[in-house]
Amino acid sequence: MPLPVLTPNDFASDQDVRWCPGCGDYSILAQMKKVMPTLGLPREKIVFISGIGCSSRFPYYMNTYGMHSIHGRAPAVATGLKTCRPDLQVWVITGDGDGLSIGGNHLMHAIRRNMDLNIVLFNNRIYGLTKGQYSPTSPAGKKTKSTPMGSIDNPLHPLSIAIGAEATFVARSIDTNIKHLAETLKRAADHRGTAFVEVYQNCNVFNDGAWSYAKDRNTKAETTLELEHGKPLIFGKDRDKGVRLNGLEPEVVALGGGIAEDDLLFHDERSPEPSLAYLLSRMRYEDGFPEPIGVFRAVEKPKYDDMINDQIEEATKMHGIGDLEKLYNAGETWEVE
Amino acid sequence: MATATEKHVENLDEATVRFCGDSGDGMQLAGTQFTNTSALAGNDVATFPDFPAEIRAPRGTKAGVSGFQIHFSSKDIYTPGDTVDALVAMNPAALITNLDDLRPGGILIVNTDNFDKKGLEQAGYEGNPLEDPELEEKYKVHQMDMTKLTRSAVDGLGLSVKEADRCKNFFAMGLVFWLYDRSLDPTLRFIDAKFGKKPEIAQANVAALKAGYHYGDTVEGWNTQYLVEKAKLPPGRYRNMMGNQALAWGLVTSAKLSHKRLFLGAYPITPASDILHELAKHKHFDVLTFQAEDEIAAVTSTIGAAFAGEMAVTASSGPGIALKGEGLGLAVITELPMIVINVQRGGPSTGLPTKTEQSDLLQAMYGRNGECPMPVIAASSPSDCFDAIQEAWRIAVEYMTPVFFLTDGYIANGSEPWRIPDVSELNKVRVKHPDPMPDSNDEGAPKFMPYARDEKLARPWAVPGTPTLEHRIGGLEKQDGSGNVSYDPANHEHMIHTRAAKIAGIANGIPEQAVDGPDSGDLLVVSWGGPYGACATAVHRAQAKGLKVSHAHLRYLNPFPRNLAELLGRFKKVLVPEINCGQLQMILRAEFLIDAIPYNRVQGKPFAVHELLEKIEECVAS
Ligand SMILES: Cc1ncc(C[n+]2csc(CCOP(=O)(O)OP(=O)(O)O)c2C)c(N)n1
Ligand code: SF4
Repeated sequence: MPLPVLTPNDFASDQDVRWCPGCGDYSILAQMKKVMPTLGLPREKIVFISGIGCSSRFPYYMNTYGMHSIHGRAPAVATGLKTCRPDLQVWVITGDGDGLSIGGNHLMHAIRRNMDLNIVLFNNRIYGLTKGQYSPTSPAGKKTKSTPMGSIDNPLHPLSIAIGAEATFVARSIDTNIKHLAETLKRAADHRGTAFVEVYQNCNVFNDGAWSYAKDRNTKAETTLELEHGKPLIFGKDRDKGVRLNGLEPEVVALGGGIAEDDLLFHDERSPEPSLAYLLSRMRYEDGFPEPIGVFRAVEKPKYDDMINDQIEEATKMHGIGDLEKLYNAGETWEVE
Repeated sequence: MATATEKHVENLDEATVRFCGDSGDGMQLAGTQFTNTSALAGNDVATFPDFPAEIRAPRGTKAGVSGFQIHFSSKDIYTPGDTVDALVAMNPAALITNLDDLRPGGILIVNTDNFDKKGLEQAGYEGNPLEDPELEEKYKVHQMDMTKLTRSAVDGLGLSVKEADRCKNFFAMGLVFWLYDRSLDPTLRFIDAKFGKKPEIAQANVAALKAGYHYGDTVEGWNTQYLVEKAKLPPGRYRNMMGNQALAWGLVTSAKLSHKRLFLGAYPITPASDILHELAKHKHFDVLTFQAEDEIAAVTSTIGAAFAGEMAVTASSGPGIALKGEGLGLAVITELPMIVINVQRGGPSTGLPTKTEQSDLLQAMYGRNGECPMPVIAASSPSDCFDAIQEAWRIAVEYMTPVFFLTDGYIANGSEPWRIPDVSELNKVRVKHPDPMPDSNDEGAPKFMPYARDEKLARPWAVPGTPTLEHRIGGLEKQDGSGNVSYDPANHEHMIHTRAAKIAGIANGIPEQAVDGPDSGDLLVVSWGGPYGACATAVHRAQAKGLKVSHAHLRYLNPFPRNLAELLGRFKKVLVPEINCGQLQMILRAEFLIDAIPYNRVQGKPFAVHELLEKIEECVAS
């Protein structure tokens, strides 16, 4: 039987969406609903698991299976689910506080196991739900309610963390760049293994404009760089700048005047070595670099959910299907008359 | 030296033997072998392994002493014994820490190697206790240099000195096997299975074992063998069973009989780790074992597995359970079935990690935020774990709730004979998952209600992958019925009461509390968990003395059996022995307004029967 044709609307639940007007979360929700019908999966095969935070209300708004769990633990909940049910497509929705602070441990371990999960981290560089404390991605010096004199923590960079944990798929997108966002989510869904996507998300109430440099129509061409596999790293409104390697360091160069495209760094998302992806994850606006968006890394590796189930199959081949009588009676037993 | 002497055999009803030595001396192995052999010989057995907290404390120190006690009998027994009839001490530290438990007139077997200046000092002896004439007066002492005897027994097999010395536990075993007239065959089979690939080690162990046996048979001073007849256990096929193993097998059984995959989310912690180890061996039963990154992931992955529709279990001990607290709240509010095992150990914090305690009852009952009721069930003995855990799964599924399952280090590592059940006689748990809704595109068509309730107040267990039942659950309060997020004050109160009523209603589906003895009298001893055996034994002895004492052992701690209040009221006094400072006693007082008398010991070890008996007598007399 052919699958009924679904539309984005079929993925909307009957619940009122309760984010602040203007929140970047709306856009991510809209793009997710748009991507869903393109996955060729019926609604009942899709599950959204989230932690706690504004972003983590997400599952309530999707007409799929879902669980709004507890702070930071969504990757672990999803792990139990996916281990038992490899047939389901499981999405993890998390925030910068949720995923990197309280849930940092689980995030790291879910990624290194390469469980087939799609993890989307909404990065607004602030704690939204608890009303505006600094988060692990807030820049040093950030003044918030909990840091009136400025934060003295060094920020974490989600993609560097993910790559450090041996992620097989890492990507970045921006809430307002809707076409790019939809494409990125689609690619994450298609990846076999853990796909980790960071989305720059605006919290217009507690951290408005945190990403304005990357979103602003006038500056984004200079401050971001769209990655394309096999292509040189070129950016700028007139596509006149590039990034090349100077030893082990990236540097921004102007094209022309002796520097040609071939001198630039070429993007290779399939490189077995994560070094290039890591280097890209360290290019930051405040250091004078354009920030890459798109897919940093996409490689195939064995998946945990396959392997754990393969072991069961293998054990069954070795010992036959578990038989209780056999189990009880193996080894030393004795008879009482 | 070796001269054949006249030997004679003395019949005993029961005996208790303890092997103790340095943690590297193989005392646990010696104990296990002796247990299996005694069980195979038809005795009832109960064991008490006692591990040091340090994996490898400095050799010869008190901190490194490892012990294994076996009580074996021709009658039904419930405890590993208070005092020891025969003690094997492999070094001075073992002697100094264990001698007090040897009954006067008991047999003391001492390996004299290490009784030098350094060894004695390490153990904290001022002089050599073996030179104290009182020792010979008080006990039947047998001294020998086991190390030397073992070395000569394995001489010529090409072993290094270190390898040779490692065989001395087999020498000690052989000697005790002779003393109690046990067959060497099970241990010979064990050696073959375990060391078959290293023939010289296997040969050496056999040689040491036989040397020990023949030593008893031939050397002067050993003239009595003791014989403990078979016990009259109910007919059937038996095997020796440890608590954690019984628990794991019970889980495998439940999963198989309810046609579920078994998912265990766990993080290693003593004394619960063996559940993970045991289950990891049974993957061909469709068992998924997940060693999580921490206890929080262990419990939350278990919630994910429960959501997936499988038999979900997490196992830990007190400190790990503390970490799971928040997750358990999520399990309660999402009303998903799962089992949470706590193999209790001494606390607080890391406490006494290798020693037993029952001090997590209040944690299980109340250790979560909010009004967060969970059923609590406790196993009473190693083999009871097998049955009780299946009961936990039945309750979890029938009532759609996480269930707390309590055992303790003593039950987990102890062993006893287990009558192998017929699979057909085991209870099957029927699991219902709702079918898809009738397909309808009408606006007014009925919608799936994830929090609709049945007569037991359980909600439906709809599993992802089922078309038309898509729904969202989570930690925010739910509207009863629809399952939508609700901040409505009246609904919240309604849900709190509904969740509580659901758990309280479990009382209607469990047996009434049974009593061992008359159902009224002067004193009712109320126990739960590991002290079952000690309480049963002490009460039987009190009854034999003519005291009007009965025993109620609780398997169900939340909710209590529905007749418990009435039962408690039929006795003049109620005594509650616990290896904690009075946790059940406090709950009984609060629930039933009775002046339950506490009896508490918190020393990291089980109750001594004679102490309990004294307390019972004191209660009845006063
Ligand atoms: C155990 C626990 N600690 C603290 C909180 C409070 N809390 C809720 S959301 C949150 C931060 C969420 O930040 P982020 O992930 O950045 O999400 P956002 O709201 O910005 O989307 C905190 C601290 C909680 N719910 N649970
Ligand atoms: S507080 Fe910020 S992140 Fe949360 S909903 Fe409002 S705008 Fe969005």
